[in-house]
Amino acid sequence: MRRASMGKYRNHAIMIAFSLVMMYPVVWWLGASLKKNEEMVSPNIFPSTPMWGNYVDGWTAIPSYSFTHFYMNSFELILGVLFTTIISCSLVAFGFARLDFPLRNFWFSLVLITLMLPGQVTLIPQYSMFHSFGWVNTYLPFIVPHSLAGGTGGSFFIFLLVQFIRGIPKELDEAAKIDGCNWFGIYWRIVMPLTKPALVTVMIYCFLWNWDDFFGHLIYINSVDKYTVQLALRLFIDSQDAMQWGQLLAMSLVSILPAVIIFLLAQKYFVQGIASTGIKG
Amino acid sequence: MSALNRVRQRQWKSFSLRLRGRWESPVAGYLFISPWLIGFLGLTLYPMIMSLYYAFTNFSLLEAPQWVGWKNYNLILTNDDTFVTSLKVTLLFVVFSVPLKLIFALLVAMLLNKDIKGISAYRLMIYFPSLIGTSIAVAILWKNIFSGDGFINQILEVFGIEGYSWVNDPRTALSTLVVLVVWQFGSSMVIFLTGLKQIPRDYYEASSVDGASKIRQFFSITLPSLSPIILFNLVLQTIGSFQMFTQAFIITKGGPINSTYMYALYLYDRAFGRLQMGYASALAWILLIIIGIATALIFISSRYWVFYENERKGKA
Repeated sequence: MRRASMGKYRNHAIMIAFSLVMMYPVVWWLGASLKKNEEMVSPNIFPSTPMWGNYVDGWTAIPSYSFTHFYMNSFELILGVLFTTIISCSLVAFGFARLDFPLRNFWFSLVLITLMLPGQVTLIPQYSMFHSFGWVNTYLPFIVPHSLAGGTGGSFFIFLLVQFIRGIPKELDEAAKIDGCNWFGIYWRIVMPLTKPALVTVMIYCFLWNWDDFFGHLIYINSVDKYTVQLALRLFIDSQDAMQWGQLLAMSLVSILPAVIIFLLAQKYFVQGIASTGIKG
Repeated sequence: MSALNRVRQRQWKSFSLRLRGRWESPVAGYLFISPWLIGFLGLTLYPMIMSLYYAFTNFSLLEAPQWVGWKNYNLILTNDDTFVTSLKVTLLFVVFSVPLKLIFALLVAMLLNKDIKGISAYRLMIYFPSLIGTSIAVAILWKNIFSGDGFINQILEVFGIEGYSWVNDPRTALSTLVVLVVWQFGSSMVIFLTGLKQIPRDYYEASSVDGASKIRQFFSITLPSLSPIILFNLVLQTIGSFQMFTQAFIITKGGPINSTYMYALYLYDRAFGRLQMGYASALAWILLIIIGIATALIFISSRYWVFYENERKGKA
């Protein structure tokens, strides 16, 4: 009995120590974002007087645009991407999971192969194509691929949704068919409502991956007016001769807030999503 | 009687519908997957063919591509020191970061698989660095942490070790990037965790009755049961690591002295810095082949170390 409780304490001690190691850079980040530039070198985590001004000044540090503008851009891009992803990926996943058609397995294996395909191979022709359509410096190079069930994570979302929809009893389809429902009706009225948890997972990942995307934004968006938060942060690093580390760290900390909030609100779906891809040991 | 009839009627109706469905569903099926199909043909297959073609041309995006035959490949493979450097750097990065990340992820997953009170709070904190993952914010944080008067040196100072500019020394710059990706082991860890939960507890109970030690249990039960998941994580992480870009681009810009000049960075510079789209396409195909070989090697080796549940049952 005593040994068991000793073990319990030991476990907690290990977990607490480990969590601290993992979180320490983040805590330090919070402290450093409140420091003056001269104080950066001091070993204290928190400064003697917190410089809340770092947040205020950082917000407007880039000439002629404030971060409000960049956040609106990011949200505009991501809303478009989220909406199109949900519609296209769920339609496609329903087709693969529920309908029988020639070459279905062949196409589905291609979905899985594209999941592994390095983006560099399609990057240049895609760029040249979008360039000739006049889509460079718009958000269309992100929204159009997502509306075709592609883009960042597209194949993964199809795979995840197919696995989920396969778990919904087929008898429900049969019953609906007898009641005169067509395939679209089955998709829209029966399967979609039951797929909600998986759709939430897709939305979370879609949000996070597009929020963190940097390479795509870097090559397709080139006017500051259209810059997303990620690009604005890079502009911030490059534009300052004497690096304002405090402001820079403050602004980067703010930029991860949307991801953190979404994660905290939807933790349950997060793990569920990975679990429901059906990887079995 | 009438109830039975109704059931029969329903069965018949569903049977005839299924029969009709055989004809209807191909059209409907293709309609449903049409977004993906159009996307695949237009945004994956066609670009791949074009990329294959561009690799044999001089193409600056502004003018039409000019056929040059194998020249790009020839130059890359025989007369391009930067290619060799970036390939070496990338291989070094993959070889160190992937195993370290997976070992770390597995160990932490095993820690988190215990029934401890408040485990979800620990899980949250441990997962946190991975959540903010590849964002540029983390790259900025890292750049600062490992800079001359950054956080790492402040800690070292407490132990009386002289400060050192990690990011600016070619000997340590790559290691800071490895540490960064290892710190973000979360997604592999979550996948390991779901795998660990599926190992039947009886295995452990039975083996401890037989007197097996914890270490023995780890090597004889945990590792073999998890091996398909290890394979999955290994393949995903290897493919991902070969394409590492953002962190190297922000933290070190490939320097100092090209010591962190990742392959993807080189490709980007050729394509969008110098507008040598043909040359960059050839680089992309070489990368694809290298990733393909690496993945194939992993799969071939997996025959010797991956065990599947049903095989074991078959033997028993």
